[in-house]
Amino acid sequence: MKARILIRPKEGILDPQGKAIERALPALGFEGVSGVRVGRLVELEAATPDRLAELCEKLLANPLIEDYDIEVENAGGPG
Amino acid sequence: MRFGILQFPGSCDDRDALLACQRVGDARLVWHADADLGDVDVVVVPGGFSYGDYLRAGAIARFAPAMEAVAAHAEAGGAVLGICNGFQVLCEAGLLPGALLPNDSLRFVCRQVDVVVENAETPFTRATSTGQPLSIPVKHESGRYFAPPEHLDGLEARGGVVLRYAPGHNPNGSAREIAGVVNERGNVMGLMPHPEHAVDPLTGSEDGLAIFRSLAGSAASQERAPLSV
Repeated sequence: MKARILIRPKEGILDPQGKAIERALPALGFEGVSGVRVGRLVELEAATPDRLAELCEKLLANPLIEDYDIEVENAGGPG
Repeated sequence: MRFGILQFPGSCDDRDALLACQRVGDARLVWHADADLGDVDVVVVPGGFSYGDYLRAGAIARFAPAMEAVAAHAEAGGAVLGICNGFQVLCEAGLLPGALLPNDSLRFVCRQVDVVVENAETPFTRATSTGQPLSIPVKHESGRYFAPPEHLDGLEARGGVVLRYAPGHNPNGSAREIAGVVNERGNVMGLMPHPEHAVDPLTGSEDGLAIFRSLAGSAASQERAPLSV
């Protein structure tokens, strides 16, 4: 199965990357955009979804500073 | 006094750390795939970009065979010093509290800063005095020290903040101007500034030598017993 893991900075943690994007937008004519936060998307294929959370805790995310969501695709689909 | 300096693919300050340690004792490099530290008294995890710093700075390096040996060394009370990327690795490995986030400026900073010794009672700062300023360079892109406020309170209360950036010198937005911390047991320290780059007047400052002198001196008076802070 395929899984998509979305990792983002925890709420309340300053995200300078998001801030830089936010500041650039008005110059391009995009007004009224705020609260930009930049995270990371990890796509992977796994034989089973059983240990994905553990994998996130141990490597893909740092639970002190990041939250993560796991989306499993094709669950129950063919193959 | 024997120093062992870890060498990961992507380390770049290992040689400077080696030379700094050799000013105060014996020192050799330890390859990352080596699971045996041998007769090393103090481990130095140097700066650089271990394993390319993919994912997060220090996140992959913590799984190196040598890091398991470092964890065992720390568990046995041995001293471990993490500099810059080494600090990031030790935080990722759970040997030090907190995390290092991208600088608030989003820029790589490379400059001389003043840090102030907050706790001179550690094996890493014994040759200094509390309140003493040290002029040491920083060079990093992810050096913003972070821990939840309640953790920071605990850290401060137990004397875990060893170095703080002097007023106006915080280069990265670190919480409470924290530049270096020590673990609860007092035998693992991490700092973002590079003491190994400040050991010779030719490069502008030799204040960094105080850290290595402290370690060399403390080895003479301790036998890997737990070190109180």
